[in-house]
Amino acid sequence: MAIKTLIKPSEYHDSVSLMVVAQELSRLPGVKDVAVVMGTEANKGLLREAGLLTTEAEAASANDLVIAVSAEAPALDQALGEAQKLLQKKQVQEEAGQFRPKTLRAAVKQNPAANVAVISVAGRYAAEEAWEALRHGLHVLLFSDNVSLEDEIALKKYARQRGLLLMGPGAGTAILNGVALGFANVIPAGPVGIVSAAGTGLQEVSTLLAKAGVGVTQGIGTGGRDLKEEVGGAMMLAGLQALQSDPETQVIVLVSKPPAPAVAYGVLEQAAQSKKPTVLCLLGENFEDRPTMPAHIHPARTLEEAAMKAAGLAQRGEAMLATAETALSGEALAGLRAGLQPQQRYLRGLFSGGTLCYEAQVLWKDLLPEPVFSNAPLSAQQQLPDSNRSQGHSAVDLGEEEFTVGRLHPMIDNDLRIRRLLQEANDPQTAVIMLDVVLGYGAHPDPASELGPAIRKAQALAHAQGRKLLMVGSITGTEDDPQRLSRQAQALQEAGMVLCASNAAAARLAARLVAPV
Amino acid sequence: MSETTINNLFGKPLSVINVGLSSMAQSVEAQGTPVIDVDWRPPAESVPRLRVTRSGVDIEAANDETCRRIKQGRPVLVSMGIARDVIPGMHERMILHAGPPVSWERMCGPTRGAVMGALIYEGLAKDEADAAKLAASSAIEYSPCHHHHAVGPMAGVVSPSMPVFIIENKAFGNRAFCTQNEGLGKVLRYGGMGPEVYARLKWMETTLYPALDRALQSLPDGIDLRSMIAQALHMGDECHNRNRAATSLFLRAIGPALARTSRDNEVLAQVIEFIDRNDHFFLNLSMPAGKAMLEPAEGIPGSTIVTVMARNGTDFGIRLSSMPERWFTAPAGKVQGLYFPQFTEADANPDIGDSTVTETSGYGGMAMAAAPAITKFVGGTPQLALKTTLEMYEITHDEHEQFTIPALNFRGTPCGIDVRKVMETGILPQINTGIAHKQPGIGMVGAGILRAPARCFEDAFEVLKNQ
Repeated sequence: MAIKTLIKPSEYHDSVSLMVVAQELSRLPGVKDVAVVMGTEANKGLLREAGLLTTEAEAASANDLVIAVSAEAPALDQALGEAQKLLQKKQVQEEAGQFRPKTLRAAVKQNPAANVAVISVAGRYAAEEAWEALRHGLHVLLFSDNVSLEDEIALKKYARQRGLLLMGPGAGTAILNGVALGFANVIPAGPVGIVSAAGTGLQEVSTLLAKAGVGVTQGIGTGGRDLKEEVGGAMMLAGLQALQSDPETQVIVLVSKPPAPAVAYGVLEQAAQSKKPTVLCLLGENFEDRPTMPAHIHPARTLEEAAMKAAGLAQRGEAMLATAETALSGEALAGLRAGLQPQQRYLRGLFSGGTLCYEAQVLWKDLLPEPVFSNAPLSAQQQLPDSNRSQGHSAVDLGEEEFTVGRLHPMIDNDLRIRRLLQEANDPQTAVIMLDVVLGYGAHPDPASELGPAIRKAQALAHAQGRKLLMVGSITGTEDDPQRLSRQAQALQEAGMVLCASNAAAARLAARLVAPV
Repeated sequence: MSETTINNLFGKPLSVINVGLSSMAQSVEAQGTPVIDVDWRPPAESVPRLRVTRSGVDIEAANDETCRRIKQGRPVLVSMGIARDVIPGMHERMILHAGPPVSWERMCGPTRGAVMGALIYEGLAKDEADAAKLAASSAIEYSPCHHHHAVGPMAGVVSPSMPVFIIENKAFGNRAFCTQNEGLGKVLRYGGMGPEVYARLKWMETTLYPALDRALQSLPDGIDLRSMIAQALHMGDECHNRNRAATSLFLRAIGPALARTSRDNEVLAQVIEFIDRNDHFFLNLSMPAGKAMLEPAEGIPGSTIVTVMARNGTDFGIRLSSMPERWFTAPAGKVQGLYFPQFTEADANPDIGDSTVTETSGYGGMAMAAAPAITKFVGGTPQLALKTTLEMYEITHDEHEQFTIPALNFRGTPCGIDVRKVMETGILPQINTGIAHKQPGIGMVGAGILRAPARCFEDAFEVLKNQ
């Protein structure tokens, strides 16, 4: 095995483009490891950890492109050549295309009708770009992470003064006037407006509404820190206010993990300002010690419950309590459980959506007598000591930063999850593996084409060791998504997945499969 | 409940600007929603954002004022005169040249050729050897055109006897000066020397000038150059390297007056023929028109707008509105272009001339999109012309509402080069230009394009940081 580095001075590409190139290279025969990154200090750290930091790479500047390959000697030059070809192809396409302004302000001048900026540059540049966008009167979806709390507070304060949306930082999802921004699904127009501090939460609620035949006016993401005490729910409140005065919105859904009490009180107070039915989903919150709420405010404990209540309110004017349960008879359940070995006692959730991982844990806390360990646990006692090894019941959020540094998100790149899936299949204690499959813009163009074969392989692996392996899951998606819900569902079911109508339903089923009889 | 402006977005067609991951833009585009995917780069680490000067001046407001003055300018060709009589500070032993100040020792070949040629034309030297001796002596004083409200193409040499156009900026009352254009090939401004060069200059002084002067005197309102430039931009000129349409417009405007004031039909025919055969006749009007527009914009405290860009064939120099007396110079660059038969890049002198006054004013290379034919100089396409102008918007403060570009849906040309934006983006001003032979006495050898050198802007920015 040898390591070779190629430095391309002053050549900039965005991180996703580079990761796509790295992914293609890593699939070449004989190639062990690949990094295609800009020569920033952070990236050099990654190269060092991966053992790919050569002296040439060490000397590269933040504006230089670094291609590092570890491979069998004959594959080395082939991989480097292929890298250049892939990058060149991208460049030729760009030169042949339309003129692309180099700054946001020039883009605004070129199209004064622009009204929304989507910002996904590296965190340390993101705040400056967001300021520039707000100053030009643009609403902002700030996808970037690693923006300081002070910047977030100042940006949101300014945005509120100017009546603009500042969604984020770390806001992955928004639906504005029917257009999906970031990771979002194709949802029909309808009467429900959503404000969510959780990206996949917004996706799950909106797709469950769509599955129930109910559309959406707006889906506003606020970023995960919005309901922290310091930020005070600035965008949740601004979005809520806007939906309250929006004549198209008849039902409002608010989604967040449980916020600081003072912030929750503020949100409740604002929700009480209007008579519009409002579903308040604070994931895992029991609302037991909350003061009595006005009749038009409907608490919900899970994303599924929030979507079902909102659908009911929109369709019949009353909150529904029905769930999207896949009705499995006791007989069917027993059929599934039959043949599990005595040591197969645990469920393993492998999630790409952070909120979906959280929602599953909320349900499992009630349904399972044993603790559920996680790298993103509900409480610190259930912290998984090693994120790379499951223990007992485990819920792994593969979209957490520890897994995504220098790698594409598991909603785009299935490789890491497939590896983990096979690892769990090899574990004699695993009874059930649960997956979430997220469709829509931003996500992998055909996840079932990779997850399907992986599920077959996992089951074959367990089989070879004399065990059966149960696979359950759900799809966060719609028929109008580019990947098509029905096509994905068919492929996953054919591969052996028991497909449920919602993430919550899949979590309940998984729990029933391992719960003591 | 009061209507917030977040609600103003609801129900409106979305139009997106994407900064970062291109995949995000592709998703938006796939939904049929318009999106501009910014070709974003990390900002240069060492370039601080300047917003307010140390003395508290709001730079943006200062630049607004600078550009307001440029755009308000209305240059009109009002009359003509002889350099020694009309150019302030001009005297019998003074030679004006293009670009920043330069001594005889540092002058490039074509400027030396033009100086020697001018001395012979003036009768101050009898031959080239004599002229070289005189030129090197202290008997001759050299001064940049820009120090005298004048501009000159290429070598930009103005000697005392040369007739000059007088352009008045009607909005501010200031005046600018420029010689008559000699045509292409072996001509004085490209460093050409020889009997035919002097004979042409003499004819221009004794025949062309009186005819044009008489005609202008019969036109009480003069000739509105701003409107003529605006029209030419709609006819395929950018009024720096292509002046074919503007020259025709000029001839059309002055034609009747020339005829009415003519004393001799043969002279009239010669004058018309001379202008008609020189596609660049209007260059010597588009340049002083720019100079006349830029001078009132000088001296705005805090302004980071470039009000002078000029080259003497050795150095490239810029001056800023807030520091109108100070030159920031760097070695003049190499022109990329097409050469006349028998000449190559090896014959080329570095970039030369005051004609970058056109780019400084918001046309020339800035308006490349108006003149797609220009791109053939570099083997480019009309698409390249569009991209060039669109890129120039990145470094200009404003857009000139009088000068518009049909191909960009009549968008105003990029106007007012902002040193801060040049530094932040690393994009340098586009320049369209002719190419002179590096040896004195030969003349024009080609034409092409290049970018202004970075160092002038870096040095100016260093000073602005402490301003």
